[in-house]
Amino acid sequence: MQWSSLEAFVAMGGYGPYVWGSYGVTLLVMAAEVVTLARRHHAIRRLIDLRASLTETEHEEQA
Amino acid sequence: MNGAAGGRSALADHNNDGLSMSGQGKLLYRFASPQAFYPLAGALWPWFAAAAMVLGMAGLYIGFLVAPTDAQQGDAYRIIFIHVPAAWMSMFIYIIMAAWAGLGLVLNTRLSSMMASALAPTGAMFTFVALWTGALWGKPTWGAWWVWDARLTSELLLLFLYLGFMALHGAIDDPRRADKAAAVIALVGVVNVPIIYFSVQWWNTLHQGASVSMTAAPKMARIMLWGMLVMALSFWGYAIAATLVRVRSIILERERHSEWVARLRAA
Repeated sequence: MQWSSLEAFVAMGGYGPYVWGSYGVTLLVMAAEVVTLARRHHAIRRLIDLRASLTETEHEEQA
Repeated sequence: MNGAAGGRSALADHNNDGLSMSGQGKLLYRFASPQAFYPLAGALWPWFAAAAMVLGMAGLYIGFLVAPTDAQQGDAYRIIFIHVPAAWMSMFIYIIMAAWAGLGLVLNTRLSSMMASALAPTGAMFTFVALWTGALWGKPTWGAWWVWDARLTSELLLLFLYLGFMALHGAIDDPRRADKAAAVIALVGVVNVPIIYFSVQWWNTLHQGASVSMTAAPKMARIMLWGMLVMALSFWGYAIAATLVRVRSIILERERHSEWVARLRAA
């Protein structure tokens, strides 16, 4: 183990802001991409479901 | 927009009449259709996402808890565990994206172009990460967030190439025409990748040389190298999972008027 305490770990030998700024932003942009991907997929699935249910109602009205 | 195109048979793009193909070739052609690839991508991506998570945890464990403090750079060097893998990914993804885009341009296969479009945002994300972590590493070690040296400038150009690819594709309504126009940008931009990679040899740059090379022994401690490689594998898993999920959305968006997509709901 490299660290004597949690404080030492957070401080990163005085480079804390640089190290955590790097890891934090990386995690943030990856998380943002995952959220965007999920939203995009749900949006198109919803559109397809909506259209399918619309055509079904049309068919029922015609019948 | 693509109502006419969407109604075609899934394999209509491939002029495979008169081609005698091996079993493997047939398999390849089968999954070249968006309709066949959609469920395959759906089955595959969770495995790559899980691998990315496990390897990411292992990489962070090595990077923060096992790897020792660097004698010269102190703990600032720990940025390497994301900076170098992200920079590798930014270049790899670009080459793969350009290859798919080129294939789509030459063979007129829909799925190839969709793959190129699916790769671009993830490639741009990794390029941004490489630049961002580079700035945060440059400040304490060089004393500057940014310098206009060959390595940094060519990597910034890579980000603009990704963004240009996406912007041009988004600006053209007809998806097949958008594929073709964007493919040209992607292919022209490929020259930039060897420029990024070899910039540290060709020019006298502030950026250090390659951390890992095929010809020389690694210049760093074995455990640091392992941390970097494990993180790189994690990023690979992430990139593949993200691309597969995105290409599924793109397939549905583009083929939403076709029979098989309409049947998806019933199933």
